[in-house]
Amino acid sequence: MTADRRRQIVGAAILVLLLWLVVYPLLLVLVEGIHGPNGWTLDFVRLFLHRPTEWRALWGSLWISLVSVVLAALIGIPLALLFGRYDLPGGRVLSGLVALPAVLPPLVGVLAFLFLYGESGFVSLLVQRMLGLEEPPWRLQGAGAILLVHAYSMYVYFYLFTRAALSSLDASLLEAAASLGAGRWRTLRQVVLPHLYPALGGAALLTFMTSLASFSAPYIFGGGFRVMTTQIVATRLNGENELAMVETISLAFVALLALWLLRGTRTPDSSAGGRKGSGPTRVPVRRPAVRIALAAVAWGLAAFLLLPHLTLLLVSFVPLGTWTTEPLPPAYTLQNYLALVTDPVRSRPLVNSLWLASAATAAAVGIALLAGLLSVGRRVRGARVVEGLLALPWAVPGTVFAIAIATAFSVRAPWAGRFILVGTIWILPLAYLVRNLPITSRAILAGVRALDPSLDEAAATLGASRWRTLRRVTLPLLRPALLAGASLAFVTAFGDFVTSIMLYTYDTRPISMEILSSLRQSDVGVAAAYGVVLMLVSAAVFALGAERGGGG
Amino acid sequence: MTGFLQLDGLVKRFDGVIAVDRLSLSLARGEMVALLGPSGSGKTTTLRLLAGFETPDSGRVLVDGEDVTRVEPVARRFGMVFQHYALFPHLDVGENVAFGLQSLGVRGPDLAERGARALELVDLAGYERRRIGQLSGGQQQRVALARALAPEPRVLLLDEPLSNLDPTLRERTRHEIRELIHRVGITTVLVTHEQDEAFELGDRVAVLQGGRLEQVGSPDELYTAPANPFVGGFIGRSSTLEVSVLGAAPRGVRVAIGGVEWEIEVGPGRPPIRPGPAMMLVRPEALRLTPPGPGAVPATITGRRFVGPSALFQAVTDQGAELEVAAPAHAVEPGARVGIMPSRREGGGIHLFPAGET
Repeated sequence: MTADRRRQIVGAAILVLLLWLVVYPLLLVLVEGIHGPNGWTLDFVRLFLHRPTEWRALWGSLWISLVSVVLAALIGIPLALLFGRYDLPGGRVLSGLVALPAVLPPLVGVLAFLFLYGESGFVSLLVQRMLGLEEPPWRLQGAGAILLVHAYSMYVYFYLFTRAALSSLDASLLEAAASLGAGRWRTLRQVVLPHLYPALGGAALLTFMTSLASFSAPYIFGGGFRVMTTQIVATRLNGENELAMVETISLAFVALLALWLLRGTRTPDSSAGGRKGSGPTRVPVRRPAVRIALAAVAWGLAAFLLLPHLTLLLVSFVPLGTWTTEPLPPAYTLQNYLALVTDPVRSRPLVNSLWLASAATAAAVGIALLAGLLSVGRRVRGARVVEGLLALPWAVPGTVFAIAIATAFSVRAPWAGRFILVGTIWILPLAYLVRNLPITSRAILAGVRALDPSLDEAAATLGASRWRTLRRVTLPLLRPALLAGASLAFVTAFGDFVTSIMLYTYDTRPISMEILSSLRQSDVGVAAAYGVVLMLVSAAVFALGAERGGGG
Repeated sequence: MTGFLQLDGLVKRFDGVIAVDRLSLSLARGEMVALLGPSGSGKTTTLRLLAGFETPDSGRVLVDGEDVTRVEPVARRFGMVFQHYALFPHLDVGENVAFGLQSLGVRGPDLAERGARALELVDLAGYERRRIGQLSGGQQQRVALARALAPEPRVLLLDEPLSNLDPTLRERTRHEIRELIHRVGITTVLVTHEQDEAFELGDRVAVLQGGRLEQVGSPDELYTAPANPFVGGFIGRSSTLEVSVLGAAPRGVRVAIGGVEWEIEVGPGRPPIRPGPAMMLVRPEALRLTPPGPGAVPATITGRRFVGPSALFQAVTDQGAELEVAAPAHAVEPGARVGIMPSRREGGGIHLFPAGET
């Protein structure tokens, strides 16, 4: 068998695997939405169309996402311009701190906001006392609360994308503009901003999609306010399974529509330098008053951004039942952390999340690597399709995929590729795997593309077999890409909430579910301790990535 | 003639477009041939066919009588130096050089010894533990050579070996490579688009265009006896003129340029040309400037480029043809009316081709 033939066969196998895991479950959802006990029917679609609550949830998803994009842009772009263009006191530290919300997994961020601005949160109590109010000054509920969390966690996309695009701006463009007599504003408007548009589009798309798929904030803070993700879960709890399918279809449809409308935007890639000259240097701010004012604003902002992290840390030391109405907890203990290790009930979720995420990540990396080596730079039929399938789960909200996988794997029909996995330990790794595919394949495919094909050829002329070339040349060179893909995927799976809430079993309950149940039992200390663990793991992964990015 | 390395009627198409067209070439053992041509001439594809990265649609590659056309690159035992060197960035110099030896099963002290010998060959003894990134461009190039030569391949392939070096380094490296390859005595095929490089490195130079081999010969042969107008125009400076051949003359042929008759010698080995329209290719040094007069083509000087003590003059004939003439730097000034005549006492420098041949 020739190498080409072998490649075609492995490629076909990957294609079938992806169709089975990614496309098939979605198609089954579509079928279940228009298929009742008595055959094909549009009853459920009609039901969906006639219920005002459905329309309200869909509209809620849509406008929350749009406003999230606007808020995130309003915070992220000015910050990036400020830190990217001006040399501020402590600017280097600050520009790192500004990205901090990224290390909070969605559920953990929500948890921190609850401790800060919730009914008995630090800030709420502080304001209540200062103003001498009977009641908390606000209720952290509804659309406002969701938007607050979204703005806090998603401006980072705009910030990072804008920074990356700014640093790829050729300094001589700015100098050319200045030499042609363009003032600061005109340069910003006509040179800098147009250069940023594609990156801003990319950030807008990412924010919109993340916001549309957001589940933690609406689930915890939504109250009576429903968006489509929470609506789907509620409908399923009500037992209206077919209606949930139609809702799922509507959400997937909106997501794909958004993707199509915003196609052509791009995410900046720091490794692909489109710039020829040197990057723009920062403009020093000279006027002392301005300097001090800017620095004060910047550090105040940093404190606000850091507050959730510090709060989590503080609460994680609070013993059970000791903290009721005091503004600060009266007692502290390490017991919460010890329990995570020593108490089998507490340590179980930690171990679960660890192996679930590891298994899912390893499988996703394997598939992405195989697909990358097979398809990139080679004239293999279906390569584009494989790449598309790998990226598809990113376009579809997590809730949709959770429903799709729950649907596909709750029936025993081996001839149709369906097995009962729901309720077994295999369902969560499988769901995480599918959700991980876009992240891992994005990093790994980029890595494979960046490989110089003549290295492969050089190894061949030196008589190295395919296997030896892979082991000695390809894999060592791909290691950064593999690590990047794996670590990001691991973090996502480790803190996953949206998929887990629909598919977990008691034995495989992951950390996020234990946080939720600790919260329900008012055991805030343990919930926060889990949150800190998730936060630290994320931070470690990001630090690793930043170091690599800086070193290379 | 049977050579050590034989390319026998190689044809390669990509998506129906021909890249290499019935190319045959034979190299003696230890000979170095440069494939010279503009981009898109098929020289790189030919090299890749030799390395085994591409399989020809038809034709064969023979080494020492063995047909290797369908032998995988891994098993072909051809060494190759890539245009961008393709050194393994994560391995050090020693590991790079050892890579091909390990494929042959060389281990232990033998491996170290042969690796060291290869590095010594390129003047990099003791560089084993250096990282690739620490080396200059020239050193990287030599490591690439050492790596390719270490397993003692049957044939060495060089893909634009000097294109990544800066011009000052290029000339020196050219001498070094030539000297090294002759010392090793390995049969070598080199691809380049630089005439100087091809002429200095190649024992013979094969000129390619549009996938076809136009001419193969020593640098001197190519210059003094181009097989066709393309080779004549591609190698060295020249101008072309449409002329009509009137008939044989005692020592050559008589041609008419406009209303002027020249008697020119025909280079040796060219087939006799029949009377009628023809294409004349002229080297600048084969022409001379005179005052306008009988036997001289009337022209106007339009430009001058200084080359050392002499200059190349651009002239436009009254018929509108452009000619380049070598003359002392201050023979005339631009704008002057001149006559142009053939300068050569001995033949050469002027070539006639049947009209329509390219």
